[in-house]
Amino acid sequence: MREFLDILGRGTLILSDRIGSFTMFMGKTIHTLVTTRPKVRQLLLQMENIGIGSLSITILTGAFTGLAFALQSYIGFSRVGTEEFIGLVVTLGMTRELGPVLTGLMVTGRCASAMAAEIGTMRITEQIDALQTLCIDPYQYLIVPRILASTIMMPCLTIVSMICGIIGGYLLCIYSLGLSPESYINIIQERVALSDITGGLFKAAAFGFIFSWVGTYKGFMTSGGSQGVGRATTESVVLASIILLVANYFLSSFLFQTGLA
Amino acid sequence: MIQLYEVRKRFGDNQRWITDGVNLEIPTGQSTCIIGQSGEGKSVLLKQIIGLIKPTSGSIKIDGEEVTTMNDRQLQTLFKKCGYVFQFAALLDSLTIFENIGISLLEKGITKKKVLPIVEEKMALVNLKPEILYKYPSEISGGMKKRVGLARTLITNPSTILYDEPTTGLDPITTRVVHELMAETQRVLNLTSVVISHDVEIFKYVNNIALLHKGKIRYFGPAKTIWESTNPYIYQFIRGLADGPIQTEFGDKKKN
Repeated sequence: MREFLDILGRGTLILSDRIGSFTMFMGKTIHTLVTTRPKVRQLLLQMENIGIGSLSITILTGAFTGLAFALQSYIGFSRVGTEEFIGLVVTLGMTRELGPVLTGLMVTGRCASAMAAEIGTMRITEQIDALQTLCIDPYQYLIVPRILASTIMMPCLTIVSMICGIIGGYLLCIYSLGLSPESYINIIQERVALSDITGGLFKAAAFGFIFSWVGTYKGFMTSGGSQGVGRATTESVVLASIILLVANYFLSSFLFQTGLA
Repeated sequence: MIQLYEVRKRFGDNQRWITDGVNLEIPTGQSTCIIGQSGEGKSVLLKQIIGLIKPTSGSIKIDGEEVTTMNDRQLQTLFKKCGYVFQFAALLDSLTIFENIGISLLEKGITKKKVLPIVEEKMALVNLKPEILYKYPSEISGGMKKRVGLARTLITNPSTILYDEPTTGLDPITTRVVHELMAETQRVLNLTSVVISHDVEIFKYVNNIALLHKGKIRYFGPAKTIWESTNPYIYQFIRGLADGPIQTEFGDKKKN
């Protein structure tokens, strides 16, 4: 019994310590963001890296998700003779859910890992200590630009993903399934509201914030040499993906209940 | 003057003490070398002096100012007068040599045009040619990296420089060049310098020697007379003897 309580107590302490450290890191980042001027050059570099660098995987993910989603929808709708709803379902699916979530997961895989590996390597090779001794705030120089860039670029990438998905669905319906272009487009124009898109973009911005927070945190706290960098990289992707999926439900629920989307 | 009083540090409650009551006074305008076995906590001690690591207990004063209780802003002021040269130079991989040396000025918003002559002046001080200005750290040799690291530290015109094993991994010729460069820089700029080294050759270039063993300073004295010292720790260490108060794996095996 005492051993069990020991383990429980130790586990609770470790968990509290990690959550505290995670929160403190974010607090310090937000404090830096609010109280100092952003490093514009670093911000632009990160925006290019995250935005332009992730464009190809975003286009591919969006297009093929739209294609597969349209095909599956056709199979279902054709059974009850309501194929004209495919355009609506693909568009709502892409804008409200699949666009932001799949883009978030893909960009997490690419960028959160890169952030953790880059900052982690800087940590173990004392580059972060060097920045400090040169009177450069590592939060201002390394962390804030990455978090800002991810939060800004994720909605941009998600718009691309949404468009590619909807076009993918359109091409499949028209050229493969033989539906008329009007049946696909008209219902989108009639039934899709702006809030369907803005809700998705809001979620995308939140996902960008989440994965960059986790990626930079894991990198910043890296210890234990190259093995530590590898561990930080893996943990950043796994943790960011899980938090992203959990946050997706709560954000969707919040947007639905508040009537914002 | 740098004053350390009963400086103790351990990482975690159940871990061993890395520094276990270090008492040391490092004189202003002189160079002091801290020697000791690998893993004795010399780098940890140096990082505690500059405030990168907070000691568990004890006091560290630089020119009368307590370092251990400094906040981030006070530390920034400290970093302006205390430079740190890292063991493997710690150059930023994504920046050119020019950007690495001039980073502290460039990040203040000073234009590249104004920073360039300052960078060139510091490069000349450490015998670096302007040809490497726009190369990346991966394109230059280890010795050059160490000199770039020193030039980067000098750009803020510090009054104190801490060197963390500046000659590790260098060949004897480059080691001598770096030693002479450190001595020359210290003499010309009248700096206070603290050097961590394993290399006995450095005794020719520094004023004082301190030996760290098992978390405590076991010897502090002038470098000139180090070879005549009868202190058992220093006697064993500088001669590389297996037997003596410093227990080594080799010495233990021999006894067995």
